[in-house]
Amino acid sequence: MPKAEEYKNKPIELSEVTITQNQEISPEVHLISWKRTHDFVPGQVVKITLDPAVPPRIYSVCSGNDDQEISVLFNVKEDGILTPRLSDVIPGMKILVTKPYGSFKDGKKPAWWIATGTGIAPFYSMFRSGISENKTLIHGVRHLNQFYFEDELEWAMGARYIRCCSQEQSCDTFPGRVTKYLEELNELPTNINYYLCGKALMVVEVRDLLISRGIPYENILAEIYF
Amino acid sequence: MEALFGKTLNELTALALELGLPKFTGKQMAEWLYQKDIRSIEEMTNLSKKNRELLSSKYEFGLVDSTKVQESIDGTKKYLFPTVKGKFVETAMIPDDERKTVCVSSQVGCKMGCLFCMTGKQGFQGQLTAGEIVNQIRNIPEWHEVTNIVYMGMGEPFDNLEEVLKSLEILTSEWGFAMSPRRITVSTIGIVPGMVTFLNQSEAHLAVSMHTPFDDERQRLMPVQVAYPLAEVIREIKSWDFGRQRRVSFEYIVFKGLNDSPRHVQELCKILNGIKCRINLIRFHPIPGTPLEGTDENTLQRFKELLNGKGILTTIRASRGQDIYAACGLLSTKEMLG
Repeated sequence: MPKAEEYKNKPIELSEVTITQNQEISPEVHLISWKRTHDFVPGQVVKITLDPAVPPRIYSVCSGNDDQEISVLFNVKEDGILTPRLSDVIPGMKILVTKPYGSFKDGKKPAWWIATGTGIAPFYSMFRSGISENKTLIHGVRHLNQFYFEDELEWAMGARYIRCCSQEQSCDTFPGRVTKYLEELNELPTNINYYLCGKALMVVEVRDLLISRGIPYENILAEIYF
Repeated sequence: MEALFGKTLNELTALALELGLPKFTGKQMAEWLYQKDIRSIEEMTNLSKKNRELLSSKYEFGLVDSTKVQESIDGTKKYLFPTVKGKFVETAMIPDDERKTVCVSSQVGCKMGCLFCMTGKQGFQGQLTAGEIVNQIRNIPEWHEVTNIVYMGMGEPFDNLEEVLKSLEILTSEWGFAMSPRRITVSTIGIVPGMVTFLNQSEAHLAVSMHTPFDDERQRLMPVQVAYPLAEVIREIKSWDFGRQRRVSFEYIVFKGLNDSPRHVQELCKILNGIKCRINLIRFHPIPGTPLEGTDENTLQRFKELLNGKGILTTIRASRGQDIYAACGLLSTKEMLG
């Protein structure tokens, strides 16, 4: 099927940027950065590819809007098309990115941020951008070394930073999944917003749980990694 | 053992050559697999006994039987097919006068997490192969009578693009089911890169799950809105020349007090301006734990009339099989939980 005449040969709006950093912050989890070329709102995403012929994938921005660089956080998927190659980029290499876009944005209203794994990225971006004052961050992971940015978050957010670890234990983490943590709370505030980010099953389970506890669905905003 | 069923002509020809069989054996196998009523390699009688034995030593025919069938009082049937790790997918056969439409699943579970969808509550369990998709048509008793196919069962087709495209090739090729692509509709939530590849490589109709024209509302119903905003989906659709034969439609579940107002009609007209399309309004039948309700019949009719009055061809999809958990995902979830 042909493209309409006026749209033929119109490229996806990708621009080339130069990698400034590639850090493996946990086994098989990388944070890559490049010099910021556009403003963005924390919570937004960018599309990334290494080859214009390969459809770009979407990643949440994981840096603050006052930072000089834009960063993204990703897991290396063994059978993935992009992440194994992306994990090998070194400073000076070029990648193709779009402008940040998307509507996963928080404002001044009190909110709970609930994430699993690399789903912490948009919330870390919000935190780095100075919008964490009346927020509670709940981060769920399998292993203790997956609490990315833990020191910084713990220092700044204190008791409003809750860590749930399902497969290892430590004195300052909740033993179990995020859903279990929420289930065990006697009360959940109903007049605040809830932001969820992670894999589908967590998002669906947490959303169902929140709704069953009286949170209006309009107060729940989700971003799913797929 | 690897299945023959679900392989394309090229793949069958390649495996024939690999086994030292004549090249034309690929075409013979395709015809047996997709056009005839046999269920075993042994029945491929225009292949020599020796070649059939050789094939059987490496491959199986590959049809998988349904483990459960439910029939509605309106004639709709729901088949449950087993797949990976004790999981199931659902297939609906919907008779309507002369038509028999089969609604197939493309994934086990789903990653998209839509608020109104039962399948999403299973999470994502795995991808279906092209063979498992086509098996949902070939392996129901009505397969010779099937007139239409819709990819509207469990899963997001464009999140399993390769296998979905392969299944479409099998369904529409002369060596396969030889169905017209105009009798097939693939429904997507709006995964743009997959949609673009599909529009390029297939001639089947496209349906897009919209459900509201407003971003903030859609985002609360469908988390995919964050990654692939509706505006981007529509911009992409507008950039394609659908011609006279190919159809694009928008699916719109009508929720009470949420997306059934004149304001929504107005916005729909605005964003769909310039696209030759239709809107299918769908009645919502609540799923467990949902905060959403279906709109009432009067509002639904009024909504349809308003849209038609504005020049957008709008129909209301008949609700079928309500007595047999016809809402996609209910039956397989129940089965999965035992």
